[in-house]
This record gives sequence, structure tokens and C-alpha cells, in this order.
Amino acid sequence: MLNFLTKILGQQTIDFYKVFIEDKYYMVVFKGMLWTLGLTAIALVIGTLIGIVVAVIQMSQFSKELKWLEKILKTITKVYIDIIRGTPAAVQIVLMWTVLFAGLPLPRILVGGIAFGINSGAYMAELIRAGIQGIDKGQTEAGRSLGFKYTETMRYIIMPQAFKQMLPAFVSEFIVLIKETAIISFIGGTDLMKASSIMMSRTYNALQPLLIVAACYLLLTGIFTKIMRKVEKKINISN
Amino acid sequence: MIKINELHKSFGSLHVLKGITDYVNKGEVVVIIGPSGSGKSTYLRCINLMEQPTSGQISIDNIDITGPKTDINQIRQKVGMVFQQFNLFPHMTVLENISLAPSKIKNLSKEEADKIAYHLLDKVGLRDKANEYPSRLSGGQKQRIAIARSLAMNPEVMLFDEPTSALDPEMVKEVLEVIKELVREGMTMMIVTHEMGFAKEVGTRLLFMDEGKIVEEGNPRDVFENPKEERTKLFLSKVL
Repeated sequence: MLNFLTKILGQQTIDFYKVFIEDKYYMVVFKGMLWTLGLTAIALVIGTLIGIVVAVIQMSQFSKELKWLEKILKTITKVYIDIIRGTPAAVQIVLMWTVLFAGLPLPRILVGGIAFGINSGAYMAELIRAGIQGIDKGQTEAGRSLGFKYTETMRYIIMPQAFKQMLPAFVSEFIVLIKETAIISFIGGTDLMKASSIMMSRTYNALQPLLIVAACYLLLTGIFTKIMRKVEKKINISN
Repeated sequence: MIKINELHKSFGSLHVLKGITDYVNKGEVVVIIGPSGSGKSTYLRCINLMEQPTSGQISIDNIDITGPKTDINQIRQKVGMVFQQFNLFPHMTVLENISLAPSKIKNLSKEEADKIAYHLLDKVGLRDKANEYPSRLSGGQKQRIAIARSLAMNPEVMLFDEPTSALDPEMVKEVLEVIKELVREGMTMMIVTHEMGFAKEVGTRLLFMDEGKIVEEGNPRDVFENPKEERTKLFLSKVL
């Protein structure tokens, strides 16, 4: 403990302060933070879209003539979910960068965003499916019996309730995503995590840069959690 | 008005309805009784295609609803249904529950849809609950709102699937009163119920079902007092 405190309060910190403030390395951290946010945003959009499509396929019931297509689509989505959830994200990211998107003139942030989106989509699909299937069957029946089409029943009756159910899981997924993007450095992304290693190599010093970056992640997830708690409270008035 | 011909329904290998042929006239109140598992709920749920019949025809106002070209959503607007578990929409206020279908399906303005909703709330005696959410209501109140909700589409027929079975005993009466009011107005209804006294009182015709068939039918009073079939006698001796 004493060792830790001396490190925090000692010469190292004074050195680090010089680099961080006087040499304006806080800009590196700030840019890293923006990069992380951008990457997460791209991944979130792609992941949500994939999640919706996969969840819809998994729950769909095709007409008799198209049963074969349903079977194919369901098998593909199932294999996709199993592979994504059964292998480390770091492996997936590197594979996509070096194999799938090799040689394509795309910026790293976009490739990273797509890769994380594909990863996150598998988890999103499961949580969307669970959210929708968690709604009582009677709700659909009540909607249909009034004369609503299937899509209208989904829109007015099922989705608003399912969304509420999904929200906590969705928030967790988002937080996981923010943190997990730290492995983007595997393919050379210039995110928050990279900012810490830039500062480390400048100061020969690991503690302060890592603490700063940890605080940044905490700040990002903290702000988001706080906003979502407010949203949850607001949409929970009907309970 | 409703014509049912040789209706069969199977769930997998389970043969639930074994050939039902029946005719419901306008203004008739058909009450359906029978032991659990006799197929009475399934029969009712086939009338608005909540269950897809395995074979047989159902026509409403001379439209074959089991035909491939029929727009079932349009048919369902004419056939209201009230469920055992109420199935109110928990994310909407009472008023929104009732006005949703008129405003979205009939494209009425908010004012018009609300007007219909308030009128129906008066009818079921719950105007003061208009802005409450369903979670704040008692079971009896929920079911009255559910009835108002299906009436909002101005249906020609109402189907009641054990409307009081999930209620605490002291709340049964308020729901039955609302249904009786509909009987007085001449609404065509099919009611699956375990309330024998109520069945006798409001029914213009009674069906006794067992093992997927209509075993006996007739004027409720006659069936209750002089059942002809052995199966009916046995059932009534247990429940009366």
C-alpha cells in the first residue's frame, strides 16, 4: 500500500504531470476517448441491426411453400450465434482484419466497428428474442382479436413492452461493448487503450496512464448508466 | 349469422374438436358448458381464427372465414373477444387501451376515439379510471375494461372465453352485470362459462360439450332441469 502511495505521490507523478499537462498528452487521451466512442457507436448500430434481423429470422414462421428457406436461414443464424458466442472477441477481430477485410481500403475504425458489430449482433439477437418472447402470448392474441395485423400488433403492443424488458440487458451489452473495444489495439486502433500505451512509452511508467484511462472508461460507462437509469424510470410509470 | 360446418381441430396428435356443426342466429346468446378439456374454449377460439381449424368451414355473415382469400383482420373487427386473463395492454392507460383499435384501425381522430372510449367507460362504470394504468385495477375492473376495449370496434358478435374464471368470487358479479347489459341490448354472443346460474339466466341456447363434440343442446332451462344425455346428467350432477 505504501509502495502504491509513493508511486502515486512521488517523482513519477510529477514526471507524468509534465507529460500529461505541459506536453498536452491529455489530447491523446481525449482523441482516444472519441475514437472509442466512435467505434462503439458504429458497433452498436451494426450490432443492433444484425440483432434485429437475426432475432426476426429466429422467430419467423414462413408459409408452407417457403419452409425450406426458413430452415436455411434459421440454421445460418444459429451457427452464427454459436460461433460468435463460442470464440473470443479478440480472435474474431484479428481474423476479420487479416482475412475478411484484408486489403480493403477501409479505415480501421470502420473495420473495427463492423467487426465488433458482428460480434455484438449475436448477443443482441438473443436479448431481443428473449425480450419479445418474454411478452405474454395473450398480448398478441388480444391485439389480433381486435383486428390488428401481425405487424401492427408488434408495433403498438409487443415492441413497446418488449423494449422495456430488453432495456436493462441492452444497457449491459452497451457497457460491455465500450469496455471490450479496448482490444481494438490488436489491429492497431488508436482508442483509449492505445492512448495509455502511448503515454506509457513516453513516461516509462504504467500506473498513471492506466489509472487515467480507467477513469475515462468509468466516466463513459457511468454517464451512460446514469442516463439509462433515468430513461428506465421514465418508462416504468405504468408499473 | 355464424355457420359452423364439420369443424375439426387437432393439436399434433391430440384431436380436440371432432366435428362440430352449429348455427348462431343474430341476437342469440349461446352459452357453452362442459368439463375442462372438452374443447369448448378451442371451439370459441376457432370462430375468430385464434386457432386455425384443421378442417371444416366457418362462415360469418356468409363470408367463409376459413377460405384462403379472406382478410381475417377485417373479420376480427366484427368479432370481439374477451379472454379469461383479460390481456389488457399494461403499457397503456385504460383510455388508451380502449381507443387504440378505433384510432389505429379505423383511423379515427384522437377526439373521436376518446369519445368512443369515454362512452364505453360510462357503460362499464369506470370513467374515473380513464387515466389509470391496468396494474392499478382490480381483476373485475380489468375485465370490464377488456369488455369495453372489444366493444370499441363496434363488433357484431362477442366471444367470451371464461370471462370470470380468473376473478376473485366477489368480483364475478360486476363482470356478469356488464355482460347482462349487453344481452339486454341484443348483442349476439357466445359465452364459455362455468357459472351455471348465469348460463341459465342469460343463455338463449345452451351447448353442452364433451370430448370435442356437442353432446346436447337446447333451451338452458330445459337442459338444466331435464338433461337427456347420460353424460350431461353426470356433469350437471357434479356441478349443480
